[in-house]
Amino acid sequence: MLKKRVIVCLDVRDGKTTKGIKFKGNVDIGDPVEMAEKYYLDGVDELVFYDITASAEKRGIMIDVVERVASKIFIPFSVGGGIASVDDMRRVLLAGAEKISVNSQAVRNPSIIEEGASIFGRQCIVLGMDAARDSAMPSGYRVVINGGRVPTELDALAWAKQAEKLGAGEIVLNSIDADGTRDGYELNLTKMISDNVSVPVVASGGAGRPEHLRDVFAKANADAALIASMVHYGDYSVSGIKDFLRSSGIPVRSDF
Amino acid sequence: MKTGVVDYKAGNLRSIESALKFLSADYIISDRAEELIGCDKLLFPGVGEAAFAMNQLKRSGLDSMMHEFFRTGKEILGICLGCQIILDHSEEGNTDCLGLVPGRVRRFPAGGLKVPEIGWNNIKKVRDHYILKDVPDNSNVYFVHSYYPDVDRKYMLCETEYMFPFCSLIGYENVTAAQFHPEKSGKVGLQIMKNFLECRE
Repeated sequence: MLKKRVIVCLDVRDGKTTKGIKFKGNVDIGDPVEMAEKYYLDGVDELVFYDITASAEKRGIMIDVVERVASKIFIPFSVGGGIASVDDMRRVLLAGAEKISVNSQAVRNPSIIEEGASIFGRQCIVLGMDAARDSAMPSGYRVVINGGRVPTELDALAWAKQAEKLGAGEIVLNSIDADGTRDGYELNLTKMISDNVSVPVVASGGAGRPEHLRDVFAKANADAALIASMVHYGDYSVSGIKDFLRSSGIPVRSDF
Repeated sequence: MKTGVVDYKAGNLRSIESALKFLSADYIISDRAEELIGCDKLLFPGVGEAAFAMNQLKRSGLDSMMHEFFRTGKEILGICLGCQIILDHSEEGNTDCLGLVPGRVRRFPAGGLKVPEIGWNNIKKVRDHYILKDVPDNSNVYFVHSYYPDVDRKYMLCETEYMFPFCSLIGYENVTAAQFHPEKSGKVGLQIMKNFLECRE
């Protein structure tokens, strides 16, 4: 039986894992390669690296991180952030990533999904999507870009369906309203998207306790759940979260 | 024992290479038939579309190298698309394939579970084989695929349940082939690759 995946997300800036703290900006919390290896050995099913490096000239550092991660961990991982062209995709894939994730760039230029899928295969192309509650939209959610700061005219459900048609092989769905609250994933949004597309949906935003992962799997049909601060600060371990999920009847991989 | 990795420009070989390096394998990655035919065993990977991959193989002459290598009786390990196009025919692009192993590649039907199947699923042993040495029954491995191999049960080493049981590991004469990605399947996958690299038959 196919397992529900627990995915750890690492934001990387100038080669260091970083975490945004409200009103304080970003603080570095560790070396992404060491952290990736630790989570790999603790049973994480997949990893996501978001390159939030601001300056273009420092982008090469991320490629170095990807190469070092690929030589040490033997599970899939994806890379997002700053991917604007097929050449950017190629660089990251050749460095050893399994998938690339496009977000704001795909909104501005949807054909990047189509091009990427036709060259590298749909399984490589992940659509990252930030959605915010908005009763003016048909599905009740609006797509926002640039880390949630800029609203678009796109309806979240319509965009998910369009991206699937264009060739996205997976959707990472981040709720702007839940993000950072630690009060749980947004179940309505996740269920609506997951039930209406045929590609896997990764829930993101709001995880604070293992119960939140159980709920998003059991009640909202997520195929995978993204976590970050829950494990980065040592509040929980990946293996501990998976033990809890298994005891709650959620199928997870436990032979690692 | 030198392992040749067949590079026919279908997908990224970087993760395969990382795993081979990690296992300290003696390997070459090559697109030249004369170089590959001299290897002691062959790793036949691949990601992408079957008809495209078959065209690549034919254009480069690597299709006849595959047949010749198969006839020598030396071990071959197919992975993912490489596990599919060793069969007779694929529904993906409706293409005839290499035909090293009797069987066909079929698409998962729509209307059931999500397609592609992406993620970790378990492999249930159907029969014993050197490739499964120290691999516990029902181990979880990583899959990404929309098509699956349909072969006679006697060529099945493992089966996996996704909508229905399908063959996830093939064993036929000197060919072993995995629909999943051993190079992305953690320690279980590395053990499978190690078994292949260490086999001396």
